[in-house]
Amino acid sequence: MTPLIKLNASSPHESARKHVSGAARYVDDLPAPQGMLHGFAVASPHAHAKIVSRDGTRARALPGVHAVLFAADVPGSNHIGPVVHDEDLLADATAQCVGHAVAVVVAESRDIAREAAALVDVVYEVLPAILTIEESIAAKAFLGSPHHMARGDVDAALASAAIVIKATARNPAQDHFYLETHAALAIPEEGGNWLIYSSTQHPTEVQGEVASVLGLPRNAVVVEVPRLGGGFGGKESQASQIACWAALGAHVTGRPVKVWLDREQDMTHTGKRHPFRTDYEAGFDADGRLTALRARVYADAGFSLDLSQAINDRALFHLDNAYYVPNVDFQNFTCKTNLLSNTAFRGFGGPQGMVVIEDAMQRAAERLGKDPNVFRVASFYGDAPRNVTPYGMRVDQPRAARLWEELSASSDYATRSAAIAAHNATSSVVKRGLGFMPVKFGISFTATLLNQAGALVLVYADGSVQMNHGGIEMGQGLHTKMLAIAGDELGVPASAVRAMDTATDKVPNTSATAASSGSDLNGWAVRNACAEIRQRMAVVAAEVLGVPAAALVFADGQVGAPGGPSMPFAKLANTCWVRRISLSSTGFYATPDLAYDREKGFGRPFFYFAWGASVVEVEVNALTGEHRVVRADLLQDVGKSLVPSIDLGQVEGAFVQGVGWLTMEECLYDKRGRFVTHGPSTYKIPTIGDVPADLRVHLLENVEQDGTIHGSKAVGEPPLMLGIGVVSALRQAIGAFASPGHEIELALPATPEAVLRAIMDVRARSAAGAPSLHG
Amino acid sequence: MNDELVVAIEVNGETVRRLVPASRTLLEFLRVDLGLTGSKHGCDVGDCGACTVLVDGVARLSCITLAVEVRGPVRTIEGVPADDPIVAAFDRHLASQCGYCTPGFVMNLIGVREDGGAPDEEALRNALGSNLCRCTGYTRILDAAKDALGQG
Repeated sequence: MTPLIKLNASSPHESARKHVSGAARYVDDLPAPQGMLHGFAVASPHAHAKIVSRDGTRARALPGVHAVLFAADVPGSNHIGPVVHDEDLLADATAQCVGHAVAVVVAESRDIAREAAALVDVVYEVLPAILTIEESIAAKAFLGSPHHMARGDVDAALASAAIVIKATARNPAQDHFYLETHAALAIPEEGGNWLIYSSTQHPTEVQGEVASVLGLPRNAVVVEVPRLGGGFGGKESQASQIACWAALGAHVTGRPVKVWLDREQDMTHTGKRHPFRTDYEAGFDADGRLTALRARVYADAGFSLDLSQAINDRALFHLDNAYYVPNVDFQNFTCKTNLLSNTAFRGFGGPQGMVVIEDAMQRAAERLGKDPNVFRVASFYGDAPRNVTPYGMRVDQPRAARLWEELSASSDYATRSAAIAAHNATSSVVKRGLGFMPVKFGISFTATLLNQAGALVLVYADGSVQMNHGGIEMGQGLHTKMLAIAGDELGVPASAVRAMDTATDKVPNTSATAASSGSDLNGWAVRNACAEIRQRMAVVAAEVLGVPAAALVFADGQVGAPGGPSMPFAKLANTCWVRRISLSSTGFYATPDLAYDREKGFGRPFFYFAWGASVVEVEVNALTGEHRVVRADLLQDVGKSLVPSIDLGQVEGAFVQGVGWLTMEECLYDKRGRFVTHGPSTYKIPTIGDVPADLRVHLLENVEQDGTIHGSKAVGEPPLMLGIGVVSALRQAIGAFASPGHEIELALPATPEAVLRAIMDVRARSAAGAPSLHG
Repeated sequence: MNDELVVAIEVNGETVRRLVPASRTLLEFLRVDLGLTGSKHGCDVGDCGACTVLVDGVARLSCITLAVEVRGPVRTIEGVPADDPIVAAFDRHLASQCGYCTPGFVMNLIGVREDGGAPDEEALRNALGSNLCRCTGYTRILDAAKDALGQG
């Protein structure tokens, strides 16, 4: 039985039955083609080293080894990278980080390949390495070009501010920890052509990189993606290197080659969420309104540019979060280090930006011993003139005030706040805190050209439909939404439509499924393709039924005039075929009205904003620093939801991932630049025991959005930032262990260790009667 | 060190016999030798639960179990009928997103059921603590578990 999927109605995931029966295939599950070999990368053990010599003789001598490949074996370009080609696919003159691939071994089995990898002899001359943002700043080792945004007079505003906060905000890295690790299978086809199966969010990029590495035009390479076992940004640019290793191995051996990374390899070869350091000064007036923010934003890019500049730019675009700041001066710097090349991760810099302004809100409130929400609410975007972002974009329909009003009521904020104060007054070991977090997140790729999408819809003569679009299904329910849209547009049950695996020979030149844009962009493309076919079919139906085409309705598998004659969609499809009418069409969409001038830091980079808010309650134990989320209330604006069950799942999952980032997921490198938290035993993502027993998730009602696909809004990334509410809750609870008036110094992620340190620190300052650290 | 040995075990009701390297894990035996790819590699160190299968009715992590040490019948997700109440509950509660961890959760819960009794929510949370999911916030998985196994 095909699950019932319907537009604007809660529906199951289109692959739910396959997931739960084990029938859902991911790249590593595909049947092995005849003669398939396995590739295994040899990683540099040094953060920065000159490669003096390399020798595969011993490895090649191992029975079952077919090839040992180095940079010189690359037939085309050895340089890869999503924006600029600044990475060696296989390290040539120098290795740039621990984990940088130096060679690829191809063998009969993965076990043999791994054994042989240890026999590849590479002589290194170790070079000085940059391992921290601070070392990178000192060396001025910047990548890309700084982005600057300014408005008003920050110096004057800070001089006249009632409160000035000067601080450094830091946010941690985060490993994606998708359950499916990276995999690629490269199959040589006749005529020098290629079929690549890749676990990528960006098949077009894999196509381009493989073509470039093999020295071929893109039409020689087809990339196909069955589905992903999670992506979260980690398979946007990082998938290319794995696919290129496989393609290179297959090119040299003439046989299919699979490269699959085990968890340790996945974590030690691929980049993470960027850690940031931001030095800032924020000014507030006597009413708690933000008047100024100056920020110098430093992102740890790792060894190559990857997507770091765009991520750092998105951080600037979200320094304001949901608040109007009249005077701003923002500048970012993208810092090169000899670490794994950090990459896209759900939120793409947005969370890193928001953490800064929320830090300012907290500090101002903590210093004055006030409720931080006074500062937040006073600073919300509102009516003109308080409705223009630092980059000059008008904020239409600001929703923070409404979200605060509805969520504080539904979460019983005032009553619980009073109860917590009473509890904290009497409980010495365990304190509680209640945090509120508003989120405004800009929707569109900030590189305007990427805001385009295509689809290809095929109607067969029996009325069944195949739908292709450029987006990747990675668990977020994109295919489910696209099936709902196609079924609605053609007037057939979604069960009559088949979502095809994403492939570059169906839809060319796609953008990554990223930036929360999957359904916004592909939804319109699918709808446009279906509308084109429907229009052609309507002409035929009008003739057959003897009614004007304009009067025809396509619904429930029937085509006809209301109250008049009708015919089944399937019969009409057959009639169209008989009459030689084309039953396939592409569809295309480009987001309108976008224009951003990066040089001036001014324009409209986003089509609209997605809004949300959370209220999070935590409990903290002063003896151990252990803490838990007791309850969380989430309210998210997704416009008119395409499929509410999918959207609610996205909000819940994103929130938990955000809480994981800020409270438990600790990425650690050792002093030699080796990533040491490379498995679930040392890197903790949330388990079922870490999610609040009381988690209430709701979608904001009556918020249909103009101009978007069926009035919906994007949902993938924005709710991740609802997790930042846990930080304000923790800070409140930590502060309750000391006298009021002290800014909390809480390192992120707020592990029990970090929380314990913060409690000890604030207690010590409180006992000494010392002023706040930044006071 | 990696001599080949005969593994003869019952998998989903059928006795299979294969010559495999001594180091072959049960997970690789299922996936590579038998083509049963429903059990997943998640971490390969026994910490994520994606490879969970039943051996003699007990949930086992097949990635850290050698094929040659298996004693007793093996049941994998492929051997679970579509109308199994746990499968049906996952469906009803929309408990999967990317689906990669789902077979492991289902097999773990079948192991809980084989154990007997009617576990309460805390017992189910404890039992499911061995399975990682990165997409959901676990609530629908827990709802499905409670529906299929819990006390009312």
